[in-house]
Amino acid sequence: MSQVSTSPSMTALGVTAKPERRDIGLGRRYAAERRFRLYGMAAIAFGLLFLFLLLFSVVSKGYTAFQQTMITIPVEFSAEIIDKDNERATNPQKLVSANYPVVARNALAKVLGVGEDDRAGLRAVNGMISDSVRVQFRNLVTTDPSIIGTTRTVTFLAHGDLDSAFKGQIDLAVPENNRKVSDKQVGWMNTLAESGALAKHFNTGLFTNGASSRPEAAGVGVAAIGSLYMMLIVLVLSLPIGVAASIYLEEFAPKNRFTDLIEVNINNLAAVPSIVYGLLGLAVFVNFAGFPRSAALVGGLVLTLMTLPTIIIATRAALKAVPPSIRSAALGLGASKMQTVFHHVLPLAMPGILTGTIIGLAHALGETAPLLLIGMVAFVADVPATPMDPATALPVQIYMWANEAERAFVERTSGAIIVLLIFLILMNVGAILLRRRFERRW
Amino acid sequence: MKSLKLTVAALVASAAFAGVAVARDQVQIAGSSTVLPYAKIVAETFGETFPDFKTPIVESGGSSGGLKEFCKGVGPNTIDIANSSRPIKDSEVEACKAAGVTEIQEVKIGYDGIVFATDAGNADLKLEPKDLYQALAAEVVVDGKLVANPYKKWSEVNKDLPDVEIAAYIPGEKHGTREVFEEKILAHGCKDSGAQDVIKAAVADEKEQLSKCVAVRKDGLAVDIDGDYTETLARIAANKSGIGVFGLSFYENNADKLKVATVNGIVPSTETIASGEYPVSRPLFFYVKKAHLGVIPGLKEYVEFFTSDDMIGPDSPLAEYGLVAAPDAEREEIRKTFADGKIM
Repeated sequence: MSQVSTSPSMTALGVTAKPERRDIGLGRRYAAERRFRLYGMAAIAFGLLFLFLLLFSVVSKGYTAFQQTMITIPVEFSAEIIDKDNERATNPQKLVSANYPVVARNALAKVLGVGEDDRAGLRAVNGMISDSVRVQFRNLVTTDPSIIGTTRTVTFLAHGDLDSAFKGQIDLAVPENNRKVSDKQVGWMNTLAESGALAKHFNTGLFTNGASSRPEAAGVGVAAIGSLYMMLIVLVLSLPIGVAASIYLEEFAPKNRFTDLIEVNINNLAAVPSIVYGLLGLAVFVNFAGFPRSAALVGGLVLTLMTLPTIIIATRAALKAVPPSIRSAALGLGASKMQTVFHHVLPLAMPGILTGTIIGLAHALGETAPLLLIGMVAFVADVPATPMDPATALPVQIYMWANEAERAFVERTSGAIIVLLIFLILMNVGAILLRRRFERRW
Repeated sequence: MKSLKLTVAALVASAAFAGVAVARDQVQIAGSSTVLPYAKIVAETFGETFPDFKTPIVESGGSSGGLKEFCKGVGPNTIDIANSSRPIKDSEVEACKAAGVTEIQEVKIGYDGIVFATDAGNADLKLEPKDLYQALAAEVVVDGKLVANPYKKWSEVNKDLPDVEIAAYIPGEKHGTREVFEEKILAHGCKDSGAQDVIKAAVADEKEQLSKCVAVRKDGLAVDIDGDYTETLARIAANKSGIGVFGLSFYENNADKLKVATVNGIVPSTETIASGEYPVSRPLFFYVKKAHLGVIPGLKEYVEFFTSDDMIGPDSPLAEYGLVAAPDAEREEIRKTFADGKIM
């Protein structure tokens, strides 16, 4: 191709006189462009490859977390075990402290045909049931005490180890002593699965439950609510403060050394490691202002400080991108400076501001380091009712689960990553949609 | 205009909040990552058993980090309990006193075993403190002289050990586990291999003798792991001939992937650790701020619940997870010490 295009006989059409050798280096320049395109494509392919590897490893490990093994069997809520002396009318505490795991164990033992005096057998049966039945059954009984003495079909969680075995995550070829589920339990598991009593269900608990030491009952509920509170606080505080600061700096402030200094500082703050904000938050919000440790409020305030520089920089860039002719026209028609800014410049800069804000929020959503020092990297089981209650955050939950010893937490770690990625994708899609909707072209 | 109004509102709101110390209605705990799983189990069961109390918050952060937070002072903004995988140091007690935390109650919860394990595909491994010292120490004795560790393969240390490159993943220096490893393995190995006598002859200062004895080689064959055991597990999965240091409970949860080594011919298990046959174990503690007892709702109940036999007894959920229960008399003693309000 290069030979053809550089050949003098082809370029000279012979109509008008042309300067000699207009095509000097044309072939080389085309080649350079082709090379550059190749580099670009290679860079993108490289990036895509790693993105694919990341997504593949997360999704292939994590998709199983969205299903949970559950056991559905008839359960006899025996008055003998729950309320032996029939004192529930006078002593409601009796129903709270009753030994519900035994109720579940006996029900399962009955289905499996394990005798009441087979202690080892009962222990093995107990090992198949999640301890979370205590709370589940207690809630069933306390909301409706009339079920005591009757038999109901109940679906409850299988133990985390059994869940891992059922999902094939435990190598059953290794000697029985070296794994958490025994051959007997695996046999029972297969029998129950054949009869349909044991099956995988959609794991709603993953989204509603708080942290738990039992993998089968652990969820990202508390973390998601904590993250939501923090994002709301960040949005409510950093958007107005950031936008007001940038409007003043960009449109009103005199250009002198002092404002230059402020600009340098803002750019500098945007690059400060996030752990520094955590230290600041601990000193100012917890130790000085007396806010509670581990509260979403403190986390939100710390993340606000961290997000502000990003929002200010994005907003200033968006304000700068509004053509000066808009301002001149408004001023020329007699608008005041403030009217010019709020009626004409700000609406035009809005898409850029929103995009910057959402990117700042997405960044804040993924932070763990500043939360470490204010006590939010913690085991929190109760759902926070207000931002003043202890909470944790989605990335923190991922970190905590990644350090757990139990096998069943491996899939949950990846499952939580998938949930976090979905949140981030939604936010970024939102940013693109907002930009499309408000964008104006001149 | 709108954003200005919002800003003002936000400023007013934050000013209104400032300076208000909020009363806390749940227990806050921080500290050792070794104690963390046990504390989580107790906290969760506590929250379920006592619906009147909120589930305690358990933070991670290491024994030293937890004790540092603990010693920040007294009041609802400070934590109530510090979990620790080692006894509190005198310097830490002093720091606590300086900040007003004068009354600290120590509660022992049981014992934790430290095990050496390698990939499940390897042959059985029998280790002695002496072999581990020879393989991992910075300096060893060759021909009666102290020289930089020349050994590259386990078989050079002891011909019964496998003929593979030495690769050991040991806890980093910020971990409490490291101290146990130094004290129970390296110090013993130093003595058994005869290096101690040579060091004693060469160095006069006793402290320096000890630190020389437990110094780990820095040529890359012994790798410090500053993360958790999951990182050690990942390293072993990548290097099948590597040996890693784990907590007993972590090993038991991953026994299908790991093969545990015997130390002095003893297989680590809750039984051999409880009886003291297996040499590498340590007590686990938590420290309670006495000033918070009766102030923070549920704190006293939490400690009593933790120390009950339902939690730390031989047949309890913690023992199930891998905690080595203290003997009956000692558990009784632990409960009595707390009830008496004995302070340090």
